[in-house]
Order: sequence, then structure tokens, then C-alpha cells
Amino acid sequence: MRRISLTFLPLLVLAAGIVVGAHAASAKTTLALVAYSTPKDAYAKIIPAFESTAAGKDVSFTQSYGASGDQARAVGAGLSADLVALSLEPDVSTLVKKGIVPSNWNQNSYHGMVTDSVVVFVVRDGNPKKIHTWADLTKSGVQVITPNPFTSGGARWNVMAAYGAQRAQGKTDKQAIDYLKKLFKNVPVLPKSAREATQVFASGKGDVLLTYENEAIYANKKGVHTEYVLPKQTILIENPVALTKNGLNHSEAKAFLKFLWSSKAQKLFGDTGYRPVLKSVAKSAKYKYPKPKSLFTINSKSLGLRGWKSVQFRFFDHSSGIMVKVIGH
Amino acid sequence: MIAKYALRFGALGYLLFLLLVPVGLVFYRTFEHGLQPAWEAVTTPQALHALWLTLLIAAIAVPANTVFGVVLAIALVRHRFPGRGLVNAIVDLPLALSPVVVGLALYLLYGTGGWLGGLADHGIKILFALPGMILATIFISLPFVVREVVPVLREIGTDQEQAAETLGASPFTTFRRITLPAIRWAVCYGVVLTTARAIGEFGAVSIVSGRIEGKTETLPLYVQSQFEGFNTTGAFAASVVLALIAIFTVLAMRLFRPKEGI
Amino acid sequence: MATNPAVPVSRPGAVANRAGGALARGIAVGYLSVVVLVPLAALIWASRADGAATFWDEITKPEAAAALKLTLVAALVVAAFNAFTGTAIAWVLVRDSFKGQGMFNAVIDLPFALPTIVAGLVLLELYGPNSPFGVDLAFQRAGLIMALLFVTLPFVVRAVQPVLLELDRDMEEAAESLGARRLAVFRRIVFPNLLPAILSGVALAFARAVGEFGAVVLISGNVPFKTEVSSVYISGQIESDNPTGAAAVSVVLLAISLAVLLAIGAFRHWRTRHDR
Repeated sequence: MRRISLTFLPLLVLAAGIVVGAHAASAKTTLALVAYSTPKDAYAKIIPAFESTAAGKDVSFTQSYGASGDQARAVGAGLSADLVALSLEPDVSTLVKKGIVPSNWNQNSYHGMVTDSVVVFVVRDGNPKKIHTWADLTKSGVQVITPNPFTSGGARWNVMAAYGAQRAQGKTDKQAIDYLKKLFKNVPVLPKSAREATQVFASGKGDVLLTYENEAIYANKKGVHTEYVLPKQTILIENPVALTKNGLNHSEAKAFLKFLWSSKAQKLFGDTGYRPVLKSVAKSAKYKYPKPKSLFTINSKSLGLRGWKSVQFRFFDHSSGIMVKVIGH
Repeated sequence: MIAKYALRFGALGYLLFLLLVPVGLVFYRTFEHGLQPAWEAVTTPQALHALWLTLLIAAIAVPANTVFGVVLAIALVRHRFPGRGLVNAIVDLPLALSPVVVGLALYLLYGTGGWLGGLADHGIKILFALPGMILATIFISLPFVVREVVPVLREIGTDQEQAAETLGASPFTTFRRITLPAIRWAVCYGVVLTTARAIGEFGAVSIVSGRIEGKTETLPLYVQSQFEGFNTTGAFAASVVLALIAIFTVLAMRLFRPKEGI
Repeated sequence: MATNPAVPVSRPGAVANRAGGALARGIAVGYLSVVVLVPLAALIWASRADGAATFWDEITKPEAAAALKLTLVAALVVAAFNAFTGTAIAWVLVRDSFKGQGMFNAVIDLPFALPTIVAGLVLLELYGPNSPFGVDLAFQRAGLIMALLFVTLPFVVRAVQPVLLELDRDMEEAAESLGARRLAVFRRIVFPNLLPAILSGVALAFARAVGEFGAVVLISGNVPFKTEVSSVYISGQIESDNPTGAAAVSVVLLAISLAVLLAIGAFRHWRTRHDR
């Protein structure tokens, strides 16, 4: 034992020294950002941009990325967060319910939404299976990749885009749900996050990937040989960011949140494939994205979409949600 | 005669395709684009931190399991006590238990709402922080030192120890001068196995880590996150580092392997 | 363990030894409790937190039941396969002699030392969509089986090797000199001696295969009802914020692990029956 402890003792001392040293060196404020899987590239640019401003001078960040629902669950279980950047509102609402995010988190002119996007079809180069419409997705022999709606935010956007698209074409609620059943029969695998779904598609599985437009652009940038189709009917994706009650204690966190709606940050979001929410940036030529012919939102009542609160429960409740029946063949 | 060669080439062929070619592929894919990109990929701050964190966790878990492993082994072999069979089973359990179950158990214990979830409110972060990852690693690498030392202790018997006791030696002196030298190679071998298991751990740690980049990301977790982020060179480069550590471990195992043991 | 009944026990060394023993046991039990027992107790508690009916529902849900079934069947197939390949490899490493034998012997331990995620990554590269061999086993049961074969490789080999090494060749040679064919010699003389070791190795391989996560998570694709094993299912339940469901299935896996340990203990008992 002595021999072994002699070997490890210096290692332990060294390790302890490094740990203590690291803590002593950083007189900075460290903010914890917990985000969903796809904005990693965007924050890789935005965080340094913030740190070069006066407000961000002595701030450093820790970052964690993963499936939106999964990350919300982790924060609920104790993962430290000053800011949560999630895929959709319900994931922030669960944190409000758990008392981690204050209930007035979305009281600003953007309702707490920091980026927009749309659901698109990512297909192989040249679109060999000629996939252009939602109806094409249910053709036999077509394999559709979409993440698991119970863990991924992107997956839920996909489902509501599919449902809404049917309603927009005049179908009834029942017919739209039948469509979902047909669609998921063509889904061979359910990756847990949008980023993982892109990975699966890139590795050669499937004919079409349902994902955020910004993720389609990211995949192209990373050299994945795909193109994407903007379907005629699709949903407007809106991604929230919120300060947690922990984050409220740091003025730097509030400053960073404000920074996300600045022209600079919005342009950086635009550069990584997102549709900016700041009107002045969204209108500029560089960030002008094609407008889908029939763009609806989660609040399009005429299409049976009455907001995330009712949709989350109706479709995605773990025991009684419609998707439980749709997926569990 | 044919049978001998058939068996030999069958067995070696199996090893080749299942084991050697895949591991060889790690090296090939890493250095496919040259030495420089691989080196750059493995020396990013995030990768270096992941390596450091992996080694740090091992540097804490391995000595803990070594010290307590020897104590446990002595207790199991030299003393009869009620519940000895149960203790034996518990020590062996990590060998047979899924790492996901281990991670979940810690998650349920230290997470918000768990029995010890309140610790986090007092500033003692276990889950999604270093202590949780250390506990997970200690759990899964627990058995090895114990399992190596127990048969040796059994084999050497208590004659010498009893003689020492008769001559008036204190228990600690007996341990230091008689028991320890007898078990030292078994302990070494156990330490090698424990270290290998600790460094390679993935499943349990992935549940309790929280995926905080640059803070709770070990090298195996880094491999996964790079692969998912389309940084295959980074994923493979980190894999090469882990493969080299594994090869080094395997050589150490050969060196210290007791003649009859596994 | 030899003890000398003539040595009187009332001696300072002996008393201190007993006190030291009690302290050692106390520390050992304390360590085990903190590290192993309390977390597992929390797990079992969480699984029954919503009642026995929910526990039963969670483990009999279609996806959970399918995952459990696939896990057990795949583990059995892999363990049985290892019984043959492991014994064959052990035989080649012990009874045969060729250049490079030492290297092959050393690499057997590689699956133990290599992180499972690295194993999964390389198997995916080698036998997945980018395979240089033109096969694609990803997202299929074949991929799952390959990953499990990789991680369970060492167990039977390392269990059988020492027994083979120790085996007294006299009986075999005698049988051969009397005209018995090699296969018969193996079947009737060698094999019965190897059987307990083989079974121990198979049990360990089985337990490992049941619990495997890292190697499986990349290549099998985790397709529910097709390639999703219980460890991946549990992970999915945690991520979907259903800890009770995850805990329930975990308790089933825990029970399986304990059963396997009991079996291994029994084989060990059987194997050492001649020594007692």
C-alpha cells in the first residue's frame, strides 16, 4: 500500500494544486448556459462577441448542449444553469413549474423568443427520391428520420409541422392524426436529439431528415452531401431563452440575455442559419430567407393549434399523448 | 492435423476481424489526413481538459478502491462475520451490473427530490459535478483489487501472521511487514485493472455528468460529443489516446498477471 | 486457513487484532454503503415510488418488454457463441505454438481496457455505412451482436486458459496411447474439466452483454422494438423524464445481475469441489 500510495500521492497533490490554482486564477464571473442540441455553433460565435463588449469583459461561460427535453429535465434534477436556451416554450414552462425559471421570463417584446426557423426536408444530393411534399413522406419505401418527440424539441416541431400542414390543406383533425400514424410507419429509428438525427442521416441512414432549417444549413457547412427542400406548408419555429432564478443574481447574465437581441448577436445567429427575430436584421438582404407559401405557428387556431400548453399535453404527454399511440406500434 | 490449422486460423481470424482490424482502424482514421490535423484535434482546450478530467477522476477513484479494496479483502478472508456472503456479493456486483443502472441510482439519490438531493441546496454539488462522476467511477471499478487480493490472502494462510502476533507485533506492523509484501503483486494487478476500468468508463458517467463542456466532460464523453458534432477527426484522435492508454494497460496486465488468475 | 488452537487468545496483539478487525470491517461496510448500497437502495425505492401497479406497467409496457426480451436473447446468443469461440481461442493460445502468439494473447484483454464508446465508434466505422468491406450492419441486430461479441471476448478465454494450463496431460496421453481419437479425448477427458470454467466465463459474458451500453449505442441505432436493448431504453426513459420507468426496468436488470452472480458462485463452488 505504501508503494502504491507513494505513486499516487504526488499525482493527487498535483491534481489538487491544479484544481485550487484554477479556482484562484478566475476572479471572473462564470455563467452556466444550458442549451438544446443545435445552437452550439451559434453560441461559439456569440459568446466571444459578448465577452469582447464592456458588459462581458470579466465573464466566462460553461456550456452544455443536448436534446431540449433532456436538458430541461437535467436542469430540473439539479444541473446548474444561469441561462437556458431551449428549443421550444414548453421546456421552459416545465422549469417555471419547478420554480427554477421565474414566471415572468417572457415579458419582453419578443415573448422570450430569440431565434426563428422553419421545419424543412433534408434530402440526399440531387433528391433521388423526389421528395417535395408532406404526402411524399408517407410513400412506401421512403425512410424518414426524425428525433424522438419525448426527448427532442426539434422532434416536436416536426410533428406539429406535419400536423399543421395537413390541417392547412383542409384535412380534419382526425385525418391529420391518421397522417401522423402513416408518417411514423416510415420512421425506422428515433435518435434522441436533432443533432443526433442529423448525425444518423449523415451516416447514410434514411432518405429524408425532418429538421430545423438552421440544422440543414449546418449539415451542409460540415460537408454532409445533402440539400434541403422547403415544404409548401410548414411551421414557424420559435426558440426561447430564459434566465433562471440563479441567473437573476448576476447582472452579467441579464446583460448577456439582452445582448442576444442586439443587432450583433442576431446577425451571428443569422450567419449560422437561424432566421433572426430582430426586424432590422431580418429585413436586410443578407438574412432574408425564403418565405414558405403557407407558414403557420403553434398559435394558428384555425388549424387546431392552440398554443404549446394545450398541444404539449394533447400530443406529447407521456401517458395520454397522441404520440404515444402513434409511435408505439 | 488439418483440425489444428483450421482451429488456429479460425480462432486467429476471429480475433483479427473482431478485434485487431477495428482497433487498427482507429489509428488509420485518425492519421488518415496526416499527423498535424490529428495533433491539433487532440490538443484543443476542450480535449485537453477532458483528458485531464479523466485522469483526475482515476487518480482519486483508484487509490480509494485500492485502500478500501485491501481492507475489504482482509475483512472478507480473515474474519468471519454475519453478512459476509452479502458483502462478497455486493463487492462483485459492479462486474455484472449495467453502468446505466449505476448512473441512474446515483442520479436518483443525489438529484433534486432524491434522499440526498438537499445537499445541492447547501452548495454541495454531487450530481452534474465532479463528486458524482467520482462516485460513479468508484462504484464501477470497485471489485478488482478485492478480487485479486482475496485468493492470495486465502492461499498464504495465517501462519506467519499468527507467528508475528505471538511475538507481540501490533496488527499494523503485521500488516505492513507480512501481509502487504505477500499481496503486493496482486494489489498491483488489481490497480492496473481498476485504472483501466476507471479511465474507460462511459455509461454511468454519461448519466451523471450533465455534459458541461470543459467541466464535466471526460475523454470518453468527449469522443461521443465530437462524433455527434461531425468532428470525426477529433473523435478518432481522442479515441487513439484512449486506445494507447488501453494498450499500455494491457501490457501492464501481462506483466503483473498472477499465474492462475484471470 | 490454518489456525493453531494451542495459541491462547488473550494476548495484547490478539485483542488489538480483533479490535482492528472490527474497525476494518466497519470502515469497509461504511465504504460499501456509501458507494454501492445507498444508491441502489435509492434506485429500488424510486422504482416503487408510484406503487406496485405502476412498477408492473413500466416493465410490461410494449417497448420495455421488447427491449428486455431482446437484451436477454442477444446476451444468451452472444454468451453461447463465446462458449465455443472462447474455448477455441483459449485452446489455440495454450496448446498451440506459433509466432506472434504472445501478441494475440495480450490483445485478448483489449476489450476490457478500451472504453466502450471507442469500441462502438470503431465497429460503426468498420461495419457501418462507411464500411471498407461493403457491409452495413448499422441499425440492425447483426450490428448489436457484433458490438456485444467485441465486449464479451475476454471472459470465456481468460476463464478457460488457466484451467487448460493447469490440466494434467497424463490422462489425455494415456487415452491417446490406447487409441482414442482426439475428439473423443477432448469430449470425455478435457471438456468435463473445462466445463465449470467455461460456464463461469459464459455467466460473466452474459452479465456483461445484458448491461452493455457504450458499444451498443452507436452501431445498433437503438430502434425501438428492433435493436433497442434495455440499457438504452433506460437511458431513454431518463431523458424523457420518466425516472420511475427507468428505475423499474433497472431493478429487473439488477435482479438479473444478482442471479448471474449467484450462478458464478455456484460454478466456483463446483470447480473447487476437488480441493475441499
